[in-house]
Amino acid sequence: MAATQEEIVEGLAEIVNEIAGIPPEDVAVEKSFTDDLDVDSLSMVEVVVAAEERFDVKIPDEDVKNLKTVGDAADYILKHQA
Amino acid sequence: MSKIKPAKGSPYARILGVGGYRPTRVVPNEVILETIDSSDEWIRSRSGIATRHWASPQETVAAMSVEASGKALADAGVSPEQIGAVIVSTVSHFKQTPAIATEIAHRIGAGKPAAFDISAGCAGFGYGLTLAKGLVVEGSAEYVLVIGVERLSDLTDLEDRATAFLFGDGAGAVVVGPSDEPAIGPTVWGSEGDKSDTIKQTVPWDEYLGKDGGEKFPAITQEGQAVFRWAVFEMAKVAQQALDAAGIAADDLDVFIPHQANMRIIDSMVKTLKLPEHVTVARDVETTGNTSAASIPLAMERLLATGAAKSGDTALVIGFGAGLVYAATVVTLP
Ligand SMILES: CC(C)(COP(=O)(O)OP(=O)(O)OC[C@H]1O[C@@H](n2cnc3c(N)ncnc32)[C@H](O)[C@@H]1OP(=O)(O)O)[C@@H](O)C(=O)NCCC(=O)NCCS
Repeated sequence: MAATQEEIVEGLAEIVNEIAGIPPEDVAVEKSFTDDLDVDSLSMVEVVVAAEERFDVKIPDEDVKNLKTVGDAADYILKHQA
Repeated sequence: MSKIKPAKGSPYARILGVGGYRPTRVVPNEVILETIDSSDEWIRSRSGIATRHWASPQETVAAMSVEASGKALADAGVSPEQIGAVIVSTVSHFKQTPAIATEIAHRIGAGKPAAFDISAGCAGFGYGLTLAKGLVVEGSAEYVLVIGVERLSDLTDLEDRATAFLFGDGAGAVVVGPSDEPAIGPTVWGSEGDKSDTIKQTVPWDEYLGKDGGEKFPAITQEGQAVFRWAVFEMAKVAQQALDAAGIAADDLDVFIPHQANMRIIDSMVKTLKLPEHVTVARDVETTGNTSAASIPLAMERLLATGAAKSGDTALVIGFGAGLVYAATVVTLP
């Protein structure tokens, strides 16, 4: 079953917590991965692959750079999930 | 039909000794910052690299290999004349013919061993080790010298922000010989030619030489994020397969020696493989950079020399790189 926007943000919060050690409650739609959440370009690759597995989506490298905020990523996943 | 007598091999093979050579010149990140817009902090945080060794003109591919081989032979207690085959893995020896392996074999004082070069990028050590194991078990050679050697500084574009800080030079060698017990596990290896463009030489030699000049010398270039993604996720799976194939649980492992490409890749693999705390992890990349085919034997030698690992330990080794190619196996340390 496709995840809702809320579930996706929650899932991303867990992933970011696992990879960058940021408390899940700090991960909100308006937060920028690099500027607010200490997720650098390489950690972002890890976040993306974890999200791909969790939400059954493919996020190609060329799209990753457009995902600046948690909201960007959630919207992308919402639109592309199987 | 006449009956052909097979060679008399050994039931199993093992690594009997390891040796390494690091060029004398140590190059800190400050030197890299002379040619690219970056910072020591950025380089350390993205790659874990603080220093690397760059070879002088005298520290040739052959010279470094001879040094490393001498140490490996001494460590193994095997004399040069006993070596039946010499396998050299390198991508940075600029003379294609003859193979550099024959000169190395001659200079170490081996008799007339079989000697040849292979090209398998950063998986070269694992490829060479697998061939060596096969030769020893099948009986075509009793003792095999496997050398991984690179002068990647010759193939580094110092103005390329994505690679200038990554590469280093050096040589690592092991002696593989007969064993009564299994000491080199099954190899999980392969290639993914659909990704052959992700790490490559910028231009082929003939194209470079055909140009009128002003052209940049060929260098190694890569799609960093694509390689990173592949390394941390696909290669963790291959490493797990090698453990499974050898029947070794993560708990039974003593040492993990991944190809030293980037500390971030190493950290991520350790996490994905859920390696327990007691497993010693090679982190030689910090002071050696990425030395491609040489990285695993160099890291192995250092772990043993510093006492971080000991003879008889069970180690998972995995190499991966340009091709893309990979090779992983479990070995008993010499
Ligand atoms: C090379 C590597 C460290 C580069 O990291 P990266 O995160 O992919 O770098 P990117 O090119 O995406 O750049 C990310 C940011 O850092 C900046 N940057 C790139 N290179 C930089 C450098 N040398 N110094 C400072 N900043 C740099 C970029 O401008 C970019 O900034 P922006 O987000 O503000 O635009 C990384 O991709 C890597 O190690 N990959 C694996 C490569 C490897 O090990 N290969 C061998 C396998 S055998």
